[in-house]
Amino acid sequence: MDITINHFLAVSAMLFTTGVVGIFVNRKNVIVILMAIELILLSVNINLVAFSVFSGTIAGQIFAMLVLTVAAAEAAVGLAILVVFFRNRGDIAVESVDLMKG
Amino acid sequence: MAAGNIGAVPVELIAFYILAAIVTFSAIAVIAAKNPVHSVLWLITAFFTSAGLLVLIGAEFLAMLLVVVYVGAVAVLFLFVVMMLDVDFVELKQGFLSYLPFGALVGIAFIAEIALATFARGSDMAELNPSPGAETNAEAIGQVMYTEYLLLFQLSGIVLLVAMIGAIVLTLRHKPHVKRQNIAKQTARTRKDATRRIDVESGKGL
Repeated sequence: MDITINHFLAVSAMLFTTGVVGIFVNRKNVIVILMAIELILLSVNINLVAFSVFSGTIAGQIFAMLVLTVAAAEAAVGLAILVVFFRNRGDIAVESVDLMKG
Repeated sequence: MAAGNIGAVPVELIAFYILAAIVTFSAIAVIAAKNPVHSVLWLITAFFTSAGLLVLIGAEFLAMLLVVVYVGAVAVLFLFVVMMLDVDFVELKQGFLSYLPFGALVGIAFIAEIALATFARGSDMAELNPSPGAETNAEAIGQVMYTEYLLLFQLSGIVLLVAMIGAIVLTLRHKPHVKRQNIAKQTARTRKDATRRIDVESGKGL
């Protein structure tokens, strides 16, 4: 029995689910929510690369690189917003993001 | 893949299970750790181990990229921000247990859906081909990245540029009482507006 794509899909599903649950359980801490989003993007990357390798087409790996780029950009902007928010409010609780009364 | 066997089980499969266990555990530790610094460190472990998983199926280039970009840049960025913010992290952890049942419910629903979709299909692709049409993985990526996907490649550069400018604009602040050098203003000075001539009577000061 060799490694099949199902193995990688299972790991990726675990990572994705952990990321989603992380967003739910860390309602107060934006930093951990950002980290959970990174976990989700990592699971997407694993999926893309696994499909690319197991189907013998290179496109998936290129897309994984693009996802990587967007993830880096998202982390940078997200953390910048977090720093500005902390300067304005003095905490990083998600519940206090209600300045716009939306 | 050419490797030995331990008993009846291929070595790659054992390596896969070890790495997968570490990835899963560290991912759970990321969201469950009390201290966000520990979360970041577990995140680094998860990224690093995922890179190992990618090496296992021959996608070396992506694996190295994962280490360089995630561990080298993103995780360090997270660490900086976590250490920069002066937050009471114990207080932030409150409510974890009250959200846990709902979160676990959503998680179980998710994993059940994904498992249903994945394993009902019963795909068992097991043939590894990480570098179609080339000797190495990096070569295979390089062959198409600057030709077929040139526009996407350039576009991702623009995405990074915009993100960089955005992050700088958001966090840069000018304090009011700090003196800065303004080179344009300096070079635009002429003798006329920088000096004045005063007739001083002899014997008296100014």
